[in-house]
Amino acid sequence: MVAALAPKTGAAGDVVIEAVDLKRHYDIRRGLFRGHATVRAVDGISFVLAAGRTLAIVGESGSGKSTLARVVTLIEPPSGGTLKLMGREPFSGDATAQRELRRAVQMVFQDPYGSLNPRRKVGAILEEPLIINTPMKAAERRKRALAMLAAVNLRPEHYNRYPHMFSGGQRQRIAIARALMLNPRLVVADEPVSALDISIQAQVLNLMMDLQEQFNLAYLFISHDLSVVRHIANDVLVMYLGRPVEHGPKELLFTQPRHPYTMALLAATPRVDPGQRIDPQIVKGELPSPLNPPKGCAFHTRCPFAQDRCKVDVPALRTVDGRLTACHFAEQIAG
Amino acid sequence: MALLEIKNLSVAFATHGGEVRAVEGVDLTVDEGQVLGIVGESGSGKSVSSLAVMGLVAANGRVTADRMSFAGHDLMKLGPRQRRGITGRDVAMIFQEPMTSLNPCFTVGFQLTEGLRTHLGGSRQELRRRAVELLDQVGIPDPDTRLGAFPHQLSGGMCQRVMIAMAIACNPRLLIADEPTTALDVTIQRQILELLLDLQRKRGMALILITHNMGVVAETAHRVAVMYAGQVVEERPAAELFRHPRHPYTAALLEALPERSAGQRRLPAIPGMVPGLGDRPEGCLFNPRCGRVRDVCRAARPPLLPTDGGAVRCLLPLGAA
Repeated sequence: MVAALAPKTGAAGDVVIEAVDLKRHYDIRRGLFRGHATVRAVDGISFVLAAGRTLAIVGESGSGKSTLARVVTLIEPPSGGTLKLMGREPFSGDATAQRELRRAVQMVFQDPYGSLNPRRKVGAILEEPLIINTPMKAAERRKRALAMLAAVNLRPEHYNRYPHMFSGGQRQRIAIARALMLNPRLVVADEPVSALDISIQAQVLNLMMDLQEQFNLAYLFISHDLSVVRHIANDVLVMYLGRPVEHGPKELLFTQPRHPYTMALLAATPRVDPGQRIDPQIVKGELPSPLNPPKGCAFHTRCPFAQDRCKVDVPALRTVDGRLTACHFAEQIAG
Repeated sequence: MALLEIKNLSVAFATHGGEVRAVEGVDLTVDEGQVLGIVGESGSGKSVSSLAVMGLVAANGRVTADRMSFAGHDLMKLGPRQRRGITGRDVAMIFQEPMTSLNPCFTVGFQLTEGLRTHLGGSRQELRRRAVELLDQVGIPDPDTRLGAFPHQLSGGMCQRVMIAMAIACNPRLLIADEPTTALDVTIQRQILELLLDLQRKRGMALILITHNMGVVAETAHRVAVMYAGQVVEERPAAELFRHPRHPYTAALLEALPERSAGQRRLPAIPGMVPGLGDRPEGCLFNPRCGRVRDVCRAARPPLLPTDGGAVRCLLPLGAA
């Protein structure tokens, strides 16, 4: 049934997202006499994501992860840089192209209690994208919704139930099914498992990996849980105050981080096995206000390795040991 | 002597569909200066058990226990007034949502001195001096001006520090922390955990840490109680429990962690889900999801049986000789 559901769209390795120097700034009025301020929520992010691959975006709250997701899902236009989805530019002014691309990009949200309409039955929730975007007849839509329920391991009788009758893990399956109804190429998942219990989290992660293989999906996976990221991602992009600080293959970043912020995140993650624990060199303080980010390297106020140079020079993103990192002293601080 | 001793605690709620038991026969002991971790998934009864200790169970809840004593006081027999003299003073609690646990209408200073005024009294200057001292102890920079701040002016991490300051204001002997770091970033989580442990060590305070995060418990607790569907299923020293779990549920939970499955594509998930309050199975509560289930497991609820260093509620525990 599943094979009939979605033909593999595009070959593995096809580029799905190509982002170059992507920016999203917000102007904020700070009262009558204080004038304007600019929040650089996303400030110069570049990456390439291919079909069948997973890129994880990691960082503390306020680092710009969700803003990046809003730009990639075409909810907001970028303020600068270029974004290409499947080789096409969604913000070139061609409304038809943008509508077509919107169908290919779907999203799964963090809170499965807030993201499903409590007044609508599961069947109606799943069929809504088809009603809006396709000329399918009712019988055809129903068939597709039932097939998708099976694909996410729910039963046909769930079609006529309301969201409140499901547990958190089942709701997240429904949200995933809804995202896949239009055969998207890219799924942006914003903390999809952080509201779930451990045993359910494992079920949903397994499901996401199975679906990725079946439908050749590209995942942009936003998470603050590094152990989940390590499990699901191919590549990792670490953000701090809207800027990329380290970007590269998962294993490299987890085993030999070359940016103090990546190291700090890894050290702060609690571990069950004593052998895997890293000496917790606690990061001082909290994320600075994005309205008034520190000069020089934005991380220098909390960095245990900060030197005078870090307070003045903004470090460029450069290649060190097979990954990109934005630290003046990346070579010296190898952990 | 045990500081807190609970024997056979049950909490039942009257609902339209009849009475449901959220907590069933829980035994817990905490010694002076000990850190006890309680882990479990949502609906396992870990929060309700601690609310029962605080006397904060909702009006439709019925709390029963063979014994619930704190430092020699029998909490089940105390009147409400005497009980209030203990909770908030000798036993304090902090909650998961720091932003919503504080009252948005009052300044941090007012809320911080409220408990001090009730339990210890003192002049305004004394209270203020003590409040500044407390904020300083929990690592809030510039405490003097922060006393006048409202909760919305502080970050989540700062609010949790204020909550901790309120909880330790009256020098409690036992602090119950219910998911204190769940809403916070990993970096801030680490800072708050270090702060809690530091305070616990310096003051010789006992700490009950309730969480669903196995890593947090493994790094902080001396002893760990694992709860499932309202019961304690395993209670043992932390290091041993994480190295050699005895209960199949504990083992399955640990295996489901991505951290334990490095290099594997699929995580060993536990099939099914935690039974709801109304549909608890016959026999062992975990038997429908257990890989080692036998006929005996479906017949009767297994009792909590002693095992090396603790207890396990399983007829066929793992690693038994």
